[in-house]
Amino acid sequence: MKIDGREDRGYMVVTVQGRMDTVTAPNFEKEAGGWIESGTTNMILDLTGLEYISSAGLRSLLITAKKLKGAGGNLLLCQLSEMVKEVICMAGFDSILPIYTDIEEAMKGGA
Amino acid sequence: MSGSSEERTFEASVERVGEIVEYVSGLAVVSEVHPKRIMQVELAVEEAAMNICSYAYEKPPGHVLVRVTKNEGRFIVELEDEGVPFDPLKMDEPDIKAEIEDRRVGGLGVFLLRRVMDEVHYSRENGCNRLTLVVYLQ
Repeated sequence: MKIDGREDRGYMVVTVQGRMDTVTAPNFEKEAGGWIESGTTNMILDLTGLEYISSAGLRSLLITAKKLKGAGGNLLLCQLSEMVKEVICMAGFDSILPIYTDIEEAMKGGA
Repeated sequence: MSGSSEERTFEASVERVGEIVEYVSGLAVVSEVHPKRIMQVELAVEEAAMNICSYAYEKPPGHVLVRVTKNEGRFIVELEDEGVPFDPLKMDEPDIKAEIEDRRVGGLGVFLLRRVMDEVHYSRENGCNRLTLVVYLQ
C-alpha cells in the first residue's frame, strides 16, 4: 500500500493505493494519526488506486474518522473502486463517511 | 483441479494470513472464478483466517489446514483448526446504522464474509473447527 498526503485549500488530500488489509491497514492508521496530531482536521481520501479493502481497512478508516470528528473535522472519501465501494456500503460506512465522485466535489460538499 | 481438492497447512499466526489469502486466490484464478468474485473470496478468506490466527489457539501458534475444492459448479474453501470451539456464525452482528461516535471498532469481519459468500457453514468434529466458504461458479 502506498500513502501520499498533500495539503490543498485547507484539506489534507491523501491518496491511498494498493490493498488496505490486515498487514497494511495499521500503516494508514499511523500515518493519518500523525497528520491529525499535526493539526489536520479535514481529510479527503482519494481511493482511485485502492483495489481491495477488508475489515482491517474499515477499522482503520473508522478510527481515523473518529479522531477527525473529535478534532472538529471530517473524513471524506472519493473515487472508490467497485470492490471498495461494495464493502464500504455493505458495512454501512456510507452513512457515516460522505462519499464523493472526486476531490473537487468533496471540497464543495465537505465545506 | 477440476473436481478435485488441494490442501495446504499453514502456521496459524497473523503473519501467515497474507500467504493463506494468496494461496486460495491463486487457486480461484485457476478455477476460473470471476475476477470480481475472486476479490470476495480474498476478503472472506482474510477475515476467516484472521479470526483463526488471532483467537483459535490458547497456546499459539497452532495450525490451520486450508482445503480448496472445485466441484459441480462450486468453488469451496474449507479452513480447519484444532483450536478452542468457536462458531463465528453465532457472533452478534454489528450495528451498521449507529452514528460515528457509537460505531464499534471491529466485529465486521464475519459480517462481511457472510455477505460476500453464497454459503458459509460451520461444524465441530473430532476436536476440529471447520469453516466452509462456498462460491457458486457461473
